[in-house]
Amino acid sequence: MTNAAQTSPGPIRRWIARATVRPEPAKRVQFDRPLLPWLFLAPQLAVIFVFFYWPSAQAISSSFYIEDPFGFGATFVGFDNYTDALGSAEYRHIASFTAIFTVLVTAFSLGLGLLLAVKADQVIRARSTYRTAMISVYAIAPPVAGLIGMMLFDQHIGPFVKLAAWFGWEMKVGLNYFDTAFAMILVSVWKQVPYNFIFILSGLQGIPQSVREAALIDCKNGARRFFTAILPLLAPTAFFLLIINITYALFDTFAVIDVMVKDKAANNPITLVYKVYVDGFRGNDIGGSSAQSVILMLVVLVLTLVQFRWLERRVHYG
Amino acid sequence: MKKSLSVIAALALTTNAAFAAPVQITWWHGMGGANEQVINQVAEKFNAAQANCAITPVSKGTYEEALASGIAAFRSGEQPNILQVFDAGAATIISAKGATIPAEDLLSQNGHKLDRDAFIDGIRNFYADADGKFIGMPFNSSAPIMYINTDAFTKAGVAPPKTWEEFEAVAPKLKEAGYVPLVASQLTWMLFENFFSRNNIQMASNNNGYDSIEGTTLNATAPEMIAFWNKLKEWHTAGLFGFYGAGWADNQKPFEEGKVALWIGSSGSFGGLSKTATMPFSADFIPYVAAIGEGNKSSFIGGAALFAMSGKPEAENKCSADFFNFLTTTEIQTFYHQATGYVAITKAAYEASKAEGWYDKHPVAEVGIKQLLLPTGEWSKGYRLGFYPQIRAVEEREFNKIFSGETTVEDAFKAIETEGNDLLAKFAKTAG
Repeated sequence: MTNAAQTSPGPIRRWIARATVRPEPAKRVQFDRPLLPWLFLAPQLAVIFVFFYWPSAQAISSSFYIEDPFGFGATFVGFDNYTDALGSAEYRHIASFTAIFTVLVTAFSLGLGLLLAVKADQVIRARSTYRTAMISVYAIAPPVAGLIGMMLFDQHIGPFVKLAAWFGWEMKVGLNYFDTAFAMILVSVWKQVPYNFIFILSGLQGIPQSVREAALIDCKNGARRFFTAILPLLAPTAFFLLIINITYALFDTFAVIDVMVKDKAANNPITLVYKVYVDGFRGNDIGGSSAQSVILMLVVLVLTLVQFRWLERRVHYG
Repeated sequence: MKKSLSVIAALALTTNAAFAAPVQITWWHGMGGANEQVINQVAEKFNAAQANCAITPVSKGTYEEALASGIAAFRSGEQPNILQVFDAGAATIISAKGATIPAEDLLSQNGHKLDRDAFIDGIRNFYADADGKFIGMPFNSSAPIMYINTDAFTKAGVAPPKTWEEFEAVAPKLKEAGYVPLVASQLTWMLFENFFSRNNIQMASNNNGYDSIEGTTLNATAPEMIAFWNKLKEWHTAGLFGFYGAGWADNQKPFEEGKVALWIGSSGSFGGLSKTATMPFSADFIPYVAAIGEGNKSSFIGGAALFAMSGKPEAENKCSADFFNFLTTTEIQTFYHQATGYVAITKAAYEASKAEGWYDKHPVAEVGIKQLLLPTGEWSKGYRLGFYPQIRAVEEREFNKIFSGETTVEDAFKAIETEGNDLLAKFAKTAG
């Protein structure tokens, strides 16, 4: 297994190899004792093993069994748990919602973060006040964000619901699928915008003044200058944020969803990771829930490969 | 736990056993807020009443979280002595033979006697096996009841309904008087499960699941059920029934605000409602369908029971048994019933509260217990269905779809039956 991996390195390994080799400083610091680097790596490797590899291995093994909740007996069922999940219309429905949700949350939180950062970068008076105000939202914990969202969208007292009613939109968050999805996306985006804002703003400030001035001489159209000079220079930041935002939409929105559906998913939109929780922890179906988490793991693996193989090539690291 | 035990052991040695330290036991439960305080008081009362055992209650969040924590702990050998498990999780824990010590065995092994007849009928069967042996110790039990906004009925000049036919007759007048005539929380418990019990209709094959987990199927598409839900849908369209989603509080709130004439909630809601309702209210049984001709049978109990987990030392099991025995005393039952609004589970506690005049002061507190004391139909004893929390999730999903207009009543109940049966079959495989 390890030999095979060494003779034909996978894409991630190749990427890691490239990434670690690329900077190639003039003087390379070498450890003269081979054990020492491993010693430094040990805590991190232990954490990864305990919190990632071991649970993943457990999930993979239990996904091939159906098991009684208390662990008295497990029956090997092969790929039954996988075919059950993928064959269920409900599961496919949740999967397609997850895809739409992830695309929308990522696009809007990145887009808004970029817009706000570009504008804040140009503010001269009271800039730190503006920035602090923008960033402070990031300090709100996801469950609290969900709680705030729940209050804003409460059917009986929610201010946002009253506002929508003013425009003739009778919002029923918790009952109407579309309305609940709208509220969830809004709250998830709101929660993530400040994070993107911080990174993009620091990315913008990393662009040398000389480059900006040179661009100004070449082109006086501000928008065009932004798209041809500033944006490409922001690409490394944007690429990093893209990965982070997709992960956020897929996994970290769990708390927002949990609070907004009030522990009762009913026909409300939920994401795949919430479904894993509902089936595993509320339904005590360990095999089915493990199979779903393995599917999710594969999806993330494929996404990561695509991102690094296709997108990363287009990123200019300056 | 082990550590504290060894500390105690060491302590006992050093003090030369001058004072016998009490045996420590833990109790995991799923109650929060005011009800958690009452649980702590019950534990304190037990600890004060004797010196051999000390119980520590730990809140694990909601009912579902308590069950999930208990299961996870059992798998890693760190289970509590006593675990509270809610109605829908009953099949999960009872089918896991070896995870628990049946309450009745635990009591008799430790020199206590459990008198099944001391318990109220509706409570006797729910956590017992097919022979009536108590597996779980009934603890906090509730019944779904109908709360009545008395102002609304005075204003509309009509009487609160006893049957769904009567509701249909008075509802338009309540609407004219400016009220939403009916709202209900947790439709799964109120208008699905208890529609079976109140109208004496079979809910699942194999004697509602009690006789065997093998081949049990759900009877969700019973024609009476479909007909009733079609009515409900009709009432919703006509503005006679309000539905605000699967969340409990979303449906309770408009009643508290005095906008709703009738709300179906839990008998356990009484305590909270007394504080939050902005108008006077009374309560009665959930209506039944007179046309079915079986009606006004007792309802299933809701709430939860306590289970003694296996794999614990004898001395600790003895303490769990003592605690279970302590819980059935009239004094504790009366205290718990009056402090929380959960129904009294023993006949003696009910009689004691009556004699005290508790129900003269709080007539609503008696409605749940009276409903449980109604004649028990063949099908109102209870149900024992595996993966039922997941089946409830399917019901919730389909009910939402009915009222948001995404599906028809017929299709919704067909989906509940199909997916429910798949889950039941899967449960039979895991437990078998």
